[in-house]
Amino acid sequence: MSEFQPEILIKDVHKAFGERKILRGVSVSAERGSTLAVMGGSGTGKSVLLKHMIGLMAPDSGEVWIQGKRIDQLRGSKLDKLRLRIGYLFQGGALFDSMTVEENLDFVLGRHTALTAPERTEQIHEAIAWVDLPHAAPQYPAELSGGQRKRIALARAVILRPDILLCDEPTTGLDPVSVRNVSNLIMRLKAERGITTVAITHDLLCAEIIADHAAFIFDGKILAKGTLQELRSSENPQSQEFFG
Amino acid sequence: MQGFTRILEEIGSIATFSGKVFLQLFRRPFEGRELIRQMDETGTKSLVLVLVTGCSIGIVLSMQSRGTLARFGAEAVLPSMLALSIVKEIGPVITSLVLAGRLGAGIAAELGSMRVTEQIDALEVSALQPFKYLVITRVLACVVMFPLLTIACDIVALLGGYVEALLSTGLDYRQFIEQAFSSLQLSDVLFSTAKTSVFGFLVSIVGCYSGYYVRGGTREVGQAAMRAVVIGSLLVLLADVFMVRLSLILFGS
Repeated sequence: MSEFQPEILIKDVHKAFGERKILRGVSVSAERGSTLAVMGGSGTGKSVLLKHMIGLMAPDSGEVWIQGKRIDQLRGSKLDKLRLRIGYLFQGGALFDSMTVEENLDFVLGRHTALTAPERTEQIHEAIAWVDLPHAAPQYPAELSGGQRKRIALARAVILRPDILLCDEPTTGLDPVSVRNVSNLIMRLKAERGITTVAITHDLLCAEIIADHAAFIFDGKILAKGTLQELRSSENPQSQEFFG
Repeated sequence: MQGFTRILEEIGSIATFSGKVFLQLFRRPFEGRELIRQMDETGTKSLVLVLVTGCSIGIVLSMQSRGTLARFGAEAVLPSMLALSIVKEIGPVITSLVLAGRLGAGIAAELGSMRVTEQIDALEVSALQPFKYLVITRVLACVVMFPLLTIACDIVALLGGYVEALLSTGLDYRQFIEQAFSSLQLSDVLFSTAKTSVFGFLVSIVGCYSGYYVRGGTREVGQAAMRAVVIGSLLVLLADVFMVRLSLILFGS
């Protein structure tokens, strides 16, 4: 890979489940330290695309490059090593519901760092203070609101200080205040850590806050790319319908 | 024909899943803490259910058999009959069936819920090897705990049988113990107890397989739990036939 290759590069990715074609030649990229919002309606292949970026799904054809490595061809410890450079925020948070918030974060931290227990505790408390939930440590995910769960999930996703953050609908189902809170946290990650972010979303408010660039996906194809403003003024009829 | 093909596919998938368990079993990391937690979940939390079942079986078996034995003038062999039937067959099979209900459904529902709420994916993207953490620990816990719970069931069932005999006929406990144990051979006890490790393996494999690959939502999780119980129970009964045949070949009748 050349040193000018983007942090994330998707080249002509196709994916089908049985007869159903989900991705039909998607190509998209994100530069280091930038935030890309992939926008589109439900069932257009957004989440499937994001899962390719962390190796949860493999393309039928095409290439998925992350930090100069083809993640779709990596297996075992090499794949794990690259995954540790990537944080993933799941749509529903995907917090381990049998563990408290503190245990959720410690579970990841304890297995991938050589920190002592007191050091880990300190780091965990810093992380949950960063998402403005300093008293949530002993609580179980079921005791938190949707917005709080998303923020704790974000804290867990970035506890290992990854270079890349992938967000699957980071603000879906949240009230406008929570949307701003979560979006601002994603912005702070970029400002404070220079993290590269790809967010899959259909939330315009979230995209307005976080996106440097955006891509519009429809029926498994990227129909428009550019700034959010450019997408809004795109002449593509599906894009016009989506952005109203 | 389509249904038959699907069954064959399912059997093939479960066999592959079992193969993966064997392959991963001896590879690092060993999830010791999670294994102990699962043994507690499997063993300690199933103990009351197993003890109540065992006690009930012992009492009922004693009550039902006495009349029949008396008809043939063989009431004196009641302790031997109880010991043989409980230790060799009823204890292991009933314990395993009860556990297939409790643990098979529990494992499938838990893993299925984790799958549909993306917790298994969250483990995977965190490089935490969900298969080792979730599946291997549960399978090992069942393989270890099924025999231990069976021993507990056997003891309580014999105790229940003795108490019933004591209350009905005033049978002396020394006579009961002497007769019960004189009829048992060490190979009977060891083989019958050890075979429940195989049952534990089958129940946990089916439970894990059903839950781990759930697609969809809560409805599919419920179906996975039900399938785990049905298939797990059937496999216990089928495997028992083979195990009994094997014991007859190895140790004679």
